[in-house]
Amino acid sequence: MADGRGSQLHPGAWWLWALALGTAATRTTNPLLLALLIAVSAYVVATCRPDTPWAHSYSAFVKLALAVLLIRLFFAVALGSPIPGTHVLVTLPEVPLPHWAQGIRLGGEVTAEALVFALYDGLKLATLLICVGTANALANPARLLKSLPGALYEIGVAVVVALTFAPNLIADVQRLRAARRLRGRPDKGVRGLLQVGLPVLEGALERSVSLAAAMDARGYGRTADVPAPVRRTTAALTLGGLLGVCAGTYGLLTAEGGTYGLPLLLVGLAAALGGLRLGGRRSIRTRYRPDSWGVRAWLVAGSGAAVAALLALAASADPDALHPGVVPLVAPALPLWPAAAVLLGLLPAFVAPSSAPAPAPTSAPKEPS
Amino acid sequence: MIRFEDVSVTYDGAAEPAVRGVDFEVPEGELVLLVGPSGTGKSTILNSVSGLVPHFTGGTLRGRVTVAGRDTRTHKPRELADVVGTVGQDPLSHFVTDTVEDELAYGMESLGLAPDVMRRRVEETLDLLGLADLRDRPIATLSGGQQQRVAIGSVLTPHPRVLVLDEPTSALDPAAAEEVLAVLQRLVHDLGTTVLLAEHRLERVVQYADQVAVLPAPGAALLLGTPAEMMAVSPVYPPVVGLGRLAGWSPLPLSVRDARRRAGDLRERLAGAVREVPSGTRPTPSSSAPSPSTPAPIAEVRALAVRRARVQALRHVDLTVTPGETVALMGRNGAGKSTLLGALVGLVEPSGGTVRVGGLTPHRTRPKDLVRKVGLVPQEPRDLLYADTVAGECAAADRDADAEPGTCRALLSDLLPGVADDTHPRDLSEGQRLTLALAVILTARPPLLLLDEPTRGLDYAAKARLVRLLRSLAAEGHAIVLATHDVELAAELAHRVVLLAEGEVIADGPTTEVVVSSPSFAPQVTKILAPQQWLTVTQVREALG
Repeated sequence: MADGRGSQLHPGAWWLWALALGTAATRTTNPLLLALLIAVSAYVVATCRPDTPWAHSYSAFVKLALAVLLIRLFFAVALGSPIPGTHVLVTLPEVPLPHWAQGIRLGGEVTAEALVFALYDGLKLATLLICVGTANALANPARLLKSLPGALYEIGVAVVVALTFAPNLIADVQRLRAARRLRGRPDKGVRGLLQVGLPVLEGALERSVSLAAAMDARGYGRTADVPAPVRRTTAALTLGGLLGVCAGTYGLLTAEGGTYGLPLLLVGLAAALGGLRLGGRRSIRTRYRPDSWGVRAWLVAGSGAAVAALLALAASADPDALHPGVVPLVAPALPLWPAAAVLLGLLPAFVAPSSAPAPAPTSAPKEPS
Repeated sequence: MIRFEDVSVTYDGAAEPAVRGVDFEVPEGELVLLVGPSGTGKSTILNSVSGLVPHFTGGTLRGRVTVAGRDTRTHKPRELADVVGTVGQDPLSHFVTDTVEDELAYGMESLGLAPDVMRRRVEETLDLLGLADLRDRPIATLSGGQQQRVAIGSVLTPHPRVLVLDEPTSALDPAAAEEVLAVLQRLVHDLGTTVLLAEHRLERVVQYADQVAVLPAPGAALLLGTPAEMMAVSPVYPPVVGLGRLAGWSPLPLSVRDARRRAGDLRERLAGAVREVPSGTRPTPSSSAPSPSTPAPIAEVRALAVRRARVQALRHVDLTVTPGETVALMGRNGAGKSTLLGALVGLVEPSGGTVRVGGLTPHRTRPKDLVRKVGLVPQEPRDLLYADTVAGECAAADRDADAEPGTCRALLSDLLPGVADDTHPRDLSEGQRLTLALAVILTARPPLLLLDEPTRGLDYAAKARLVRLLRSLAAEGHAIVLATHDVELAAELAHRVVLLAEGEVIADGPTTEVVVSSPSFAPQVTKILAPQQWLTVTQVREALG
């Protein structure tokens, strides 16, 4: 606990790093590369995660990823697969379907090719989920929301409150289901869940009302007086900007709008950002010790971005290595350069502050941030 | 500092005003204690200081409330946030962020203080409240006393001139309560903060108050005066005052120390009284000690160990409960009291050792069979109630227990006359809701009755009713186990006290022996009359004849 938030990394850096690894995972179906990505994320979580309740969400995400993988395999077995294969592993009894369900198959032949294809595909999705779990474990999402611009602050608080509410709601459901046992009713089953539904919602509502009262009494929503012209300009800029963004996007996507699309989008974006910035004037809030974006944050975010960029490059330069074929079946090989690129993602494990209670940093810079 | 001018508050849809004609002033730098039975409008008065009444709750406020010169009619709660800090009954519903340090800073961020000022005040407050070691901890992992201190700290950082607290020590064990009160004392003495607080557990706070405001009954006029004057007329008073009234001391003592100084002659009078057989209403502690003739135990716990999420909640606990016996489980917040009750009723699966209740193993028994052996009233009695009317709740309880229709309703009318059938359980007061939950549990006639923190939020009258009720149940042969922080309740009721610390039993014996030897668990009467072993005012009254 000695090294407090002074040495913490900006949560945005962790999210960028983790999402970049996820992006890298979408570029390949090579199981060896995907396994390497998972290993990299797991190693970094193991070395860097803080000792907080939300850090335990990693294992939950790993379980979810495993479930996704199994479901994908189950579908491939039960519903068949468009992959033509010759290595029949087992033949399930096929359910005859009416003619209007043409194209859908229930049961039938299960080929090795189809299974391997489903495995690769499922593994890609699982890796993506694990990367999101990594970000959750390493950086509290609530802290990331605190970095929002002032004008969006109140929305941010609403999201934070909602985020802390979900775990409370689950705890309530568990407590009330346990209480059913005290009345001599079974504490398992769907009926039990339905019967506690109303009391749980009532409790949640009561709690949110008292939280709202507490927040109001603590000064939430105090605003500064802003002159009317500024208010009007803010509204005009924001609305106009958003309209511009819509029109610009439409222009970009339609064939004939190629000339005005991009400039309109950019102008709209600039106007909307200006509106947000002006809107921030209404808020008198200040920030207590905001997370600073330092060298280490650059290194962490940069290492993730490098992995994503290098894998995207490799995917276009050497698609065969990153997408091992399934027809005919070949054993996937580990492409050397992309693998080395993935290992770049390990950098945070060395530059980020570790979770171990290290001796207090002797000269923690106490900048008046 | 706070001025009420002829204030009446009527909530929407209510026929009667919640408070009427309240007219008083709290001078700067004083600690004023607001006391009164439940339902007399204490919370309404507290919330109208912060402006939550009427801006947040709705309703009509007549008269005028001013705080530091600001009229609450024209200032919304958020515009009073820099002069008034408010902490409600449940600290958990007060927290907006999830770590201690962020929580302390939240109020200042809303007020727009400069970053270097915020940093300085957070550090000062961490030291003032002894929270420095906890600064990075997630709030959900703190104990009750720590959470209460964080809640107080979070409203202190903007340096409010007024602090308003609603039952700050009700949910805390005696040691944690003293921790919180020491902080309040320090704020009043060192920083000149004005404090207005409401509390049911008067024995904990009355000696710290400069003035006491009494709301004697719903709608009655508020009385304000020195603590000694007010305690002489108040319908609610702590045991030390009860003893003072009994002995006819004037002015009334407010602290154990005051009372001890005067208790010399009372001790002499009592020394002659026969204490071993006070009266028939209360069996002496020694009579319940296990002897060859005692009936077979209703519950037996042997070498019980419980592990929960990497925490050893209980280790090697032995406990035997015989019919007709009342056992109080005491100990710090988090010592494992609720876990032990949970194990007895099968909510918690032991990781070692055995639990037998009425010959059954609770966590392996079907709930339907278990309710006939053991019943638990949980900390939040509301958790037991699902129906939307009292009648519906009673009918469901009869069905659950396979009892004659009308059993539960008859029990309830017995325990608590005058509750209408169509009342919603949520509209009952704390004490009424507890009694309804008790009636629901008793419908199945379990020989073993467990209660978890039954007196939280109960005023003295409701508590006295509960004591009478539990005594008659014990006399009928029910075994009762209650987990409580309330030493006065344990002194009134329990034959035996079991002290838990860090999941282990550290003391198990007759109430007199266990509580007398413990400074934090001894009731006030024991402290005043030590070395004689008296527990309650009732005992003393009976001994004096």
